[in-house]
Amino acid sequence: MNSSIGEVMEVCLLAGKIMLQSGAEIYRIEDTMNRIARACAVSEPHSYVTVTGIFLTLRDPERGREQTRFLRICERQIDLNKIAAVNQISRMLGERELTLKQAHEALMTIERSGFLYPLWLQIIAAAFASGFVCLAFGGTWLDFWPSVVTGGLGFLLYILINRRVAVKFFSEILAAFAVGLIAYLFYYYGIHYLNIILHSDKVIIGSVMPLVPGVLIMNAIRDLMAGDLVAGLARGTEAFLTALAIGTGVAVALAVLM
Amino acid sequence: MSWTALYASFFATVGFGVMFNVPRKSLVAAGCVGMLGWSVFVTLNNNMNMNIIPATLLAAFCVATASQLLARYYKMPVTVFGISGVIPLVPGGMAYETIRHFIENDYLEGIRLGTVTLLLAASIAFGLIFSSVITENLSRRKGNP
Repeated sequence: MNSSIGEVMEVCLLAGKIMLQSGAEIYRIEDTMNRIARACAVSEPHSYVTVTGIFLTLRDPERGREQTRFLRICERQIDLNKIAAVNQISRMLGERELTLKQAHEALMTIERSGFLYPLWLQIIAAAFASGFVCLAFGGTWLDFWPSVVTGGLGFLLYILINRRVAVKFFSEILAAFAVGLIAYLFYYYGIHYLNIILHSDKVIIGSVMPLVPGVLIMNAIRDLMAGDLVAGLARGTEAFLTALAIGTGVAVALAVLM
Repeated sequence: MSWTALYASFFATVGFGVMFNVPRKSLVAAGCVGMLGWSVFVTLNNNMNMNIIPATLLAAFCVATASQLLARYYKMPVTVFGISGVIPLVPGGMAYETIRHFIENDYLEGIRLGTVTLLLAASIAFGLIFSSVITENLSRRKGNP
């Protein structure tokens, strides 16, 4: 396969960009970019990826010149569907089922496409995930619906604030505060008007689950395991601060009310 | 272990899967991974009275191994199956309890819970590490890298 080094560079960087923005592990991104480059007969590709940027150096086999480019990534949102799709394309490119041009077009289609599931479905999923986590942690069916409502509202608030305010961790604190507040209102209403006692701690644990940085934690561990210490520590710190923000938000709500 | 824990963990994992845009054809498989992890954890911790830390380690190991096998079968990245399955094990609830005790000026209990939280996170990490070491060595022996 003979294609100019610029095209190869373009395809590699696009694949890396989509994967980094969708929250893939660092070694997987570097590996995918290297594999695409090798599939296009570029020997010795060197890629370096951090949480916020991509470096790639390719050596032109004909003229013997090296070309380096850098890409800055600002927005990140977890989208496992896109990671799987890019993975599939790099696999097909490696097995010569796609040409470089076809791969480029397929990647551009992936980049333009939106989320697999619409936003309302994600919010409903978050709501019911909260309810079922509450059940799994030993809550009763009485706790289920309060947890669904609380978790759904908390996640909705998180998304709304995240769009308006650029400050990191602020949306987590406020959403967790709302979760604590609503859960306590359910508890209060249940005791004083319906004569039932809700397990408010189970409701709260279920409802904060959509905010818990599970993907960050898993990725941080996998990055550290692969030896990408900088990215692993960065993601680990982000996960730790997010957990701290959630805990603080809930605790402040309870401290204010009790 | 009750049936409630089984299907609750399944639907919870599927819910997280939708939030993280897990591809449609692997959504049910991801839910089963979460159910497996949670049932291992509940069986070891509640029914066999194992300490919460080794129970989490073994559950994380099972989740990671199942995800590796499914990833090979579906030809998809491991994270597609692993991430939503591991979330019920992540000590999010305990992290919140830790902070709550600190805010209520109960520092001793806060430090105790904080230590357990850290150890739980570490045991999840070790479960993942063990699993990937074992599956990688086994698959290399079979001759497909």
